[in-house]
Amino acid sequence: MENSRERREQEKRKKQKLSGNRQDGIRQKACRRAQLKRKTRNLVITGILFLTALMISMPLILLVSGSLKGTDELKSALGPVLSDMDAMVEFGLFPKYPTLKHWIELLFDKPEYYVVFINSLKIVAGTLLGQMLVGVPSAWAFARFSFPGRRLLFIVYISLMMMPFSVTMLSNYLVLKDLSLLDNLFGIILPGVFSTFPVFIMYRGFCGIPRELLEAAKVDGAGEFQVFFRIGIPLGSAGIGSALVLGFLEYFSLIEQPLAFLKNRSLWPLSLYLPQIGLSDAGFAFAASVMGLIPAVFVFLLGQDYLEKGIIATGMKE
Amino acid sequence: MKELMKSLIGFRSILRNKRKLNRTPWKEVFLFLFPGFAGVCLFVLVPFGDVIRRSFSTAVTGEWSGLYNYRVVLNNQAFLLAAKNTLRFMGVCLPLLIAFSLFLAYELSKSRYMKLLKSLYLLPMAIPAAAVVLVWKLLFDRQGILNAIWEPFGGTAVDYMGTNAAFWVLVISYVWKNLGYTVILWLAGIMGISQGIIDAARVDGAGEQICFFRIILPNLKPTLYTITVLSFLNSFKVFREAYLVAGAYPHESMYLLQHLFNNWFLNLDMDKMAAAAVLTAGVMLVFILILQALWDRKDA
Repeated sequence: MENSRERREQEKRKKQKLSGNRQDGIRQKACRRAQLKRKTRNLVITGILFLTALMISMPLILLVSGSLKGTDELKSALGPVLSDMDAMVEFGLFPKYPTLKHWIELLFDKPEYYVVFINSLKIVAGTLLGQMLVGVPSAWAFARFSFPGRRLLFIVYISLMMMPFSVTMLSNYLVLKDLSLLDNLFGIILPGVFSTFPVFIMYRGFCGIPRELLEAAKVDGAGEFQVFFRIGIPLGSAGIGSALVLGFLEYFSLIEQPLAFLKNRSLWPLSLYLPQIGLSDAGFAFAASVMGLIPAVFVFLLGQDYLEKGIIATGMKE
Repeated sequence: MKELMKSLIGFRSILRNKRKLNRTPWKEVFLFLFPGFAGVCLFVLVPFGDVIRRSFSTAVTGEWSGLYNYRVVLNNQAFLLAAKNTLRFMGVCLPLLIAFSLFLAYELSKSRYMKLLKSLYLLPMAIPAAAVVLVWKLLFDRQGILNAIWEPFGGTAVDYMGTNAAFWVLVISYVWKNLGYTVILWLAGIMGISQGIIDAARVDGAGEQICFFRIILPNLKPTLYTITVLSFLNSFKVFREAYLVAGAYPHESMYLLQHLFNNWFLNLDMDKMAAAAVLTAGVMLVFILILQALWDRKDA
């Protein structure tokens, strides 16, 4: 067996030597063709990837460019949408005569804008602060201790975090009515504080802390609270950061809850105020929209790593 | 003798420590967990119990009415429409989103521009729905940007707000918003596959396609499960765009469950709301359990 295989290979090699030159040429050509094919494929794929990115960011580009366009330019561009003219919208990507007029109007002439902007920030800040006070210890309890009923309770938490607002709307309303928190920013903040989603994310972060470290600290005489504050919080900060970033993005764009529970317009957050400006005041609408997404984009850029970690943490199975 | 005493004491303290480790630290558990749990009970669990009770009783007098509310809800045209739309929306969107994002993630994992592109794909997650509603109105108007692009190619202008095409407003909004999120999850899955297996297959002569279908795809099954669940949950949030673009009474092809709940809420139809909330919660739990069971079986 061995011998025959060796012999065959020797013959092969001989043959190759004979026709070596010609075959080399063919092989090189084939190789070059394959390379070219791979290169064009890569180029096409990269093109698709960037085209997708461009389409995804297009709404943002249109918003910013719209906020810099003059009133007349906007009127003529949006004419077909505003009235029943028989023409199509021609919304150029770049303003012909860029102007900051709408921005100045927004910043100096619209006091009501500040009110809604601050309402939004109040909701976000209150909710996140509460989540830190209440949710961090809860997550720690789930990650650190084993106690009877822990698994069942955790399943309850996960199921709750998955329920859409349709399911919780009525129960939310019943509590808020009993506590007379309807038409009150706390009626939006408090249910958010006790959301179980951040608990789940931070639990993930805490689970990554090596057990030996905590046991070592205990042996050295640290109490549970010291372990929590000195080791748990610093080492679990990635999970806490993820929960904060995800929470900020969620509560800054909250719509369903304020829509249902806030009738008083002076309590409205940005996300209810923006849509009702209307295209007749287009320049202001564009500037207000861009201004409204600046805090969220800012948090996004600062916390993108946390955000990605948080997304991956939501994807892990319990 | 002294030595012996010392070691005995040491032994006892070890024993005591062991007992300490084994007992449940009720005090600490209580201190850490109680504030949060009390809030969850107060704001969610107890009122939801009340909702369950209400779903079995009449709205005004609170008398026991059995399954009457459920029968009313299940025969309600608006509920059936909303449920049908929600299911249809998920049937179209989930496969579309999952396949497209897998393609993007796989190509991204080999691309030089991964970091930049990842950020751009994720950007919509940061943008509040209310801030882009202007653009959505411009895009989907009868004389809007999409039709302006479409018409020169010989298409007829589509009336996105007044016809069944309204459904596509939902699909586009949803994919736009969730693409980056899903790409990140796929990427994490792909990056988790050890390069060693792929290299070994390459050495054995496996081409790109074989590597993808035989190694990468099978290894991504757990990721597929989580992505399906999360995309399913996120699909309820598309209500925001639908509401902002088309208001409380949109074209019937984009009438979603949340629209219906809002309208019942305004009419104070508490009994219907209660029954429908319990039904929805039940369906969601069953769906998630089925997915989990399927996944566990494949995993074993």
